[in-house]
Amino acid sequence: MNELAKELAGRYGARGWHDIRKDLASVEVDAIRIRDVMAYLRDEAGYGHLSFMTAIDNIERGAFTLSYALRDHDARRGLIVHADVDRAEPTVDSIHLLWGQAWTYQREMREWFGIDFPGSPRVDEEFVLEGWEGPPMMRRDFDSLAYSDATYAERPGRVTHDPASHMREKLYPEAAQ
Amino acid sequence: MSEKKTIPAPLANEGLPPEERGLFCDAAPREYEPARGAWERFLNWARSESLWLLGFGTGCGAIELRPLMTSRFDMYRYGIQPRPTPRQSSVFVIGGYASVKTLKRIVRSYEQMMGPKFVLALGSCTINGGMYWDSYNTIKRIDQYIPVDVYIAGCMPRPEALLAGFQELKRIIKSGGGEGQNEYARNFDWYKANQKKVIKDWNMPDYNW
Amino acid sequence: MEPTIIGRIGYAFVSLFVITNYGLLLIGSMARISAKVQGRVGQPVWQPYIDIVKSSAKRNSIGHGAMFYLGPVFRLAGGVGTYMFIPAVFGSVLFRNFSDSGDLLLVMYFIFFGQLGMALGAGEGGHPYSAIGVSRGLAQMTAFEVPFALSVIAVAAQYGTLDINAIVAAQQGGFAHWTLATNPLAVIAAIVAFLGMSGHNPFSVVIAPQEIPIGPPTEYQSNLLGMLQTNRAIFNGAKLVLYMNLYFGGATNIVAMVIKTFLIYFVNVFVGQAFPRLRTDQSIRFFLGAPTLVGIASVIIAVI
Repeated sequence: MNELAKELAGRYGARGWHDIRKDLASVEVDAIRIRDVMAYLRDEAGYGHLSFMTAIDNIERGAFTLSYALRDHDARRGLIVHADVDRAEPTVDSIHLLWGQAWTYQREMREWFGIDFPGSPRVDEEFVLEGWEGPPMMRRDFDSLAYSDATYAERPGRVTHDPASHMREKLYPEAAQ
Repeated sequence: MSEKKTIPAPLANEGLPPEERGLFCDAAPREYEPARGAWERFLNWARSESLWLLGFGTGCGAIELRPLMTSRFDMYRYGIQPRPTPRQSSVFVIGGYASVKTLKRIVRSYEQMMGPKFVLALGSCTINGGMYWDSYNTIKRIDQYIPVDVYIAGCMPRPEALLAGFQELKRIIKSGGGEGQNEYARNFDWYKANQKKVIKDWNMPDYNW
Repeated sequence: MEPTIIGRIGYAFVSLFVITNYGLLLIGSMARISAKVQGRVGQPVWQPYIDIVKSSAKRNSIGHGAMFYLGPVFRLAGGVGTYMFIPAVFGSVLFRNFSDSGDLLLVMYFIFFGQLGMALGAGEGGHPYSAIGVSRGLAQMTAFEVPFALSVIAVAAQYGTLDINAIVAAQQGGFAHWTLATNPLAVIAAIVAFLGMSGHNPFSVVIAPQEIPIGPPTEYQSNLLGMLQTNRAIFNGAKLVLYMNLYFGGATNIVAMVIKTFLIYFVNVFVGQAFPRLRTDQSIRFFLGAPTLVGIASVIIAVI
């Protein structure tokens, strides 16, 4: 446990500090405090750059895990902040006022996972999909195959071979028997 | 080029806002009868020897078009050259998988091409979905949406396979089989229904001139 | 024996037919030479013919209004008009065209007439790349016209006439009488302007394949494109013949004409294969720099 971990734990109840590499660590916080944590990390702790943010659908424990990857270019270290948000009602504070580029990621997550970021610019506009009417397609309970079968016409006669056994039969037919 | 006497009913263009409908053409495509005899054979020979590609890479397969222009494969010697605008090109190479978003542009570009026009579908994805067979956003067979003349199987097909496909296309055109434009016009309602089934936000004219 | 006016019109058609075919073969052979430079086999020499037949045999075509159709017509009129007032072969009845009816100023006007007509037509096409291509083309045209006009002024001052026939006549009698030998600065300025006029590689800002693909003719298709392709051959031939007449002693027979124009056109390919494309502003600054100074110097030499 280093200084920053203690500081984050004391101020925001952060837990689970984990050193992934010498220069990269991860930490968990509550989603309700994400904006305060981000502001502190940006302004006080030197993590001036939001590399990216994304979400993971942890359907087993009923939560989306938001991941914010920060970078401190002066000290050459990175920090990934995880925050679990309830899957049934996924609403998180927007951080677009801290980092301008965040609204693009938030728009992406709004479309792909259905996580809402109230106040984020253009968050309800479509991002990469056009005219998408189904459920958010990166959620793990979305059945891509069923949707594809129902929506797109299929050419009959498609078969799938296991590559190993298929090539063995094709190249060495006597050995396969 | 004599034209069919029957002129189909004008299109509704329901995807456009009412104030914009007057800006777009509402004529449905027509069938064009080929010329007769030796003259049409001569024209078909010219069409097959001067294939202008639409320079629109619709998927990862478009990466295979670039080597064709290089000195190793040199498609120019077969009379094939890229053309940046659909108005001037006669061959549309569907470069592999077509997502719904791309399909919209494919339909637009295909309809803007002047006939006779030919489509070369490249890669397994255009035939039966290929590795994107269970994707939520990728169509599985392109011939439901535009007529296809030649398929080139593979993932990815090599440029040599592409050149072989072009030779096959030339053979088809010379034998008078490259009538995709007329097929599209004849089955226009069917094609349009298929397109509208997957393109949910249809915000363009029904037929793009 | 002086032919009648009907006969002259007939001769003009023959002459036009010859220059069209020559221009097409020239474009085809230069494409093939470029391919050889790049280590390719290249397209057949007769590919331009097939392309024109293909374009003209398209079954449907679209229009964007009257001016859209008139664009290629003006372009073709510019090409044919340029050629019609230049003697292709000096002293020949067949290839004299109507060179005794117009002078150098008329020809210079015709060179730019086609581009202006095309600008109007392409503008009505409504495609943004057309408009960008047209504005780039007109900007570059204004720039390369300066050294070209200076060079023409030098030639006119040197020979004391604007009549192309008289200029060619003054250059007869061997290499020492050519403008190339008597006023090389004028030839340098004119050849540099010619590179811009042809729109080959260092100065291909108009069709700029990587940024505004194909430029002005973006919306042109089918038989209109066929017209533009035909005009390209005629216009190339006309410009080459004009340059040959003004600077390289003209030609007294068709073989000399073919050899000289081929070599002049070859300058394009030679430069075009060696240099990458300039940006529009670079191209304009280039023409208004050294070539213009050379042109002014050539005028001073001619006047002194």
